[in-house]
Amino acid sequence: MKFSVIQRILGLLLMVFSLTMLPPIGIGWMMGDPDLTPFWEGFALIFISGVVMWFPVHRVRGDLRLREGFLIVVLFWVVLGISGAVPFVLTDNFDISFTDAVFESISGLTTTGATVIVGLDTLPRSLAFYRQELQWLGGMGIIVLAVAILPILGVGGMQLYRAETPGPMKDSKLTPRITETAKLLWYIYMALTILCALAFWLAGMNWFDAIGHSFSTVAIGGFSTHDSSMAFFNNPMIEAVAIVFMLLAGVNFSLHFIAWRGRSLRGYWQDSEFRMYILVIFILSVVTISYLGGQRTAELSWVEVVRHSLFQVVSISTTTGFTTTHYSNWPGFLPVLLLFASFVGGCAGSTAGGMKVIRFLLLLRQGMREVTRLMHPSARITIKINRQPLPENVVEAVWGFFSVYIAVFVVFMLVLLALGHDQVTAFSAVAATLNNLGPGLGEVASNFKSMDDFSKWWLCLAMLMGRLELFTMLVILTPAFWRR
Amino acid sequence: MKVLILGAGQVGCSVAEVLANEDNDVTIVDTDATVLRELREKLDVRTEVGQASYPRVLERAGIEDVDMLIAVTNSDEVNMVACQVAFTLYRTPTKIARIRSSHYLQHPRLFLQEALPIDVLISPEQLVTDHVFRLVSHPGALQVLNFAEGKVQLVGVKALSGGALIGHKLLDMYEHMPGIKASVAAIFRKGRPLKIKPDTVVEVDDEVFFVASPKHIRAIISEMRRLDKPYKRIIIAGGGNIGNRLARLLEDARYQVKIIENNPKRAAKLAERLEKTIVLEGDASDEALLIEENIENTDVYIAVTNDDEANILSSMLAKRLGARRVMSLINRMSYADLVERNIDLAISPQQITIGALLTHIRRGDIVAVHSLRRGAAEAIEVVAHGDKKTSRVVGRRISEVKLPPSTIIGALVREDQVMMLDDDPQIEANDHLIMFLTDKRYIPAVEKLFQVGVHFF
Repeated sequence: MKFSVIQRILGLLLMVFSLTMLPPIGIGWMMGDPDLTPFWEGFALIFISGVVMWFPVHRVRGDLRLREGFLIVVLFWVVLGISGAVPFVLTDNFDISFTDAVFESISGLTTTGATVIVGLDTLPRSLAFYRQELQWLGGMGIIVLAVAILPILGVGGMQLYRAETPGPMKDSKLTPRITETAKLLWYIYMALTILCALAFWLAGMNWFDAIGHSFSTVAIGGFSTHDSSMAFFNNPMIEAVAIVFMLLAGVNFSLHFIAWRGRSLRGYWQDSEFRMYILVIFILSVVTISYLGGQRTAELSWVEVVRHSLFQVVSISTTTGFTTTHYSNWPGFLPVLLLFASFVGGCAGSTAGGMKVIRFLLLLRQGMREVTRLMHPSARITIKINRQPLPENVVEAVWGFFSVYIAVFVVFMLVLLALGHDQVTAFSAVAATLNNLGPGLGEVASNFKSMDDFSKWWLCLAMLMGRLELFTMLVILTPAFWRR
Repeated sequence: MKVLILGAGQVGCSVAEVLANEDNDVTIVDTDATVLRELREKLDVRTEVGQASYPRVLERAGIEDVDMLIAVTNSDEVNMVACQVAFTLYRTPTKIARIRSSHYLQHPRLFLQEALPIDVLISPEQLVTDHVFRLVSHPGALQVLNFAEGKVQLVGVKALSGGALIGHKLLDMYEHMPGIKASVAAIFRKGRPLKIKPDTVVEVDDEVFFVASPKHIRAIISEMRRLDKPYKRIIIAGGGNIGNRLARLLEDARYQVKIIENNPKRAAKLAERLEKTIVLEGDASDEALLIEENIENTDVYIAVTNDDEANILSSMLAKRLGARRVMSLINRMSYADLVERNIDLAISPQQITIGALLTHIRRGDIVAVHSLRRGAAEAIEVVAHGDKKTSRVVGRRISEVKLPPSTIIGALVREDQVMMLDDDPQIEANDHLIMFLTDKRYIPAVEKLFQVGVHFF
């Protein structure tokens, strides 16, 4: 392990991250916020600590190996989670504990969207914008951004990239060079964000909300600038725009790239994961609409049923976490069904959380294979995705991932139960954080404010685990990782 | 530049590494997914699994907007077909292919644009044979490279006690040998390049690289070390393609050649093909056979089988039994470093092939590229074009050229004359400059320096 190389890159990344304090200053200045010192101080603090880390080792050169890559990514997310909390801690506008500040910052960066702040509508605009910005940065991945703009990472960039990007097949590249791939991903991401902001604005949001919500929509985050989330606007057009962009952001970004390059939409439908993704959302919508419609009371019209169902289904199953109504009060199995949908999440290579559609598709096909094998014991069956046979090790890795996911889920839930939370709260809080969803059920249906400090730290860990897809996090906890 | 490499063998991988480290967009195609996975771990390249000549595979690898295709799979036929496909379907601008078999190479008409459209043919066996032949014809040299179409040669020599120049300043060499035009281009001391000044003192064990016309090389080598007698008796171990060609070349040049081949059928074939060479059927690592064949009086022992380990071991054996100089073909770079002490010369086919490939890949007017010291440094030959206004080099004295860091001008060749750099001559159009780079990162900077165009600074 070359710690000086790690230290150097970490210092550099911190220096880059300090720049994220500047846009909120601009916004706050334009919107007339009285006090912008938290951001100035935050900028100085993070930048200087970056310099302090970087300078003593700035001449050290060395290649990044696999292990250093993992450690940098994990350290980076942890360090950023904490330094992202700086403006919250420094602000005098409202009272927030250190725990809450870190929870909010990690929830933002991991695009979870679980909040501990009540009174978002009256928050200084700079802080409100900063929360949205955190989600946007976390969405595509800060490491991916760093790989795009810091060419010095070189080949080592690939190690970092792999440790951060979601999905079972991590070394597929859109272009020969990793920096180019990372740049492309960010271009697509930016294009989607700009389109989304324009659409929100045209649908009737003011420009501040439009930009803020486009950040958290395209990042599949779920932070809002209002306590009542999307319900605040009560505008079907805005909800339609949000649905479209949540769906788009949940698709593998390489499909967007192929569509853009080939100027054709055919690539989407040819992708088995995409088809599965649409199918899952379609089935969920049908089930939700019919069940909710069957149980509807007189004051709820069919139109309302369809509107709320569609929005909640897309928002929860892509793991965004916007709400237009209190779906936790929906009848019967619907709240739990939607929570389970968040386990499936979006596609690999998107900004969505969860276990990713492709893994479920693979599990499904493997299940089907066993069924076929029962009927034809000597059949040789390969699992294929997009007509390409999949390497056996990817298939195995999916099983490994699935079982570890379940195991981690159980451990997290048991600890919450031990801390005295009721079953619904414990289950939904872990699902909401591990899947990077946001709101849960029961005690945490709209925010996590009422939880105790230890639970919050515990859930912070769950969010990081979910964002880095467990293994990147777990590998550095094994003794073998530290052995020479 | 976007480059597509077919075949992830040793040459394919090495070229990919060089190109990827110079910020080119490299994609590699191979049928072996495992090799490609390892490659992806190591290099910033894209990979594609599949048969390299199939249009569908090429398309997936993005051949449509590729600037250069390098076909180096282990099959001549696949390489040829891939170039044909690239030409016919995708109009790829530059197509380079490796063709090993002399059966194809004998017919140059095959590779005309209207037949098999290959722009550059690389034949590693041919290159290696020529390389070894040059080494044999210059006793004592570590490396002999042709520049300016062989009018001048770059020679690397290890300075040994007994050389006239050892302990003297470089300046003295010119005094020792009036009339001989040569220029010392680089000196490596303990593996690091020295900054060359006229009063630099040559020490024992320095590796000296100089540029001179072929007829003066022997005299200059004698300055650096006690001169070996011209070689006469040669034993070649391994009768494969390289062994065969080398034997033919050497016997034509009136050397006494023996060639050892293990396979009886192959040995019979060699005996038919070769005129004066004595073909020995047997194992090159057989001590008795070597002794019987007078190994202690052999000048050069050259191991060129396709097995690194066999080459190394038989060379070491030959050295211990008294062969004056042993050379061994070693594919694995790490082996070459390992046996440096025991084997006089390690010959790396990849380095040689890569040099030839790079010549065609480099931009500007780069005529030749050679790797020195196993890739640690590079010698490139560039032609200066344009005039004082359009070029950054023409019309300037050597000392006025703004060179990138860790780059030196080793020699200036005008027509067939090596110019003395001590007089600080002015560079004219069409001069050939031989440059040394000890840091490959600056190659693009050198390329740029020689590009003709309008400059604002």
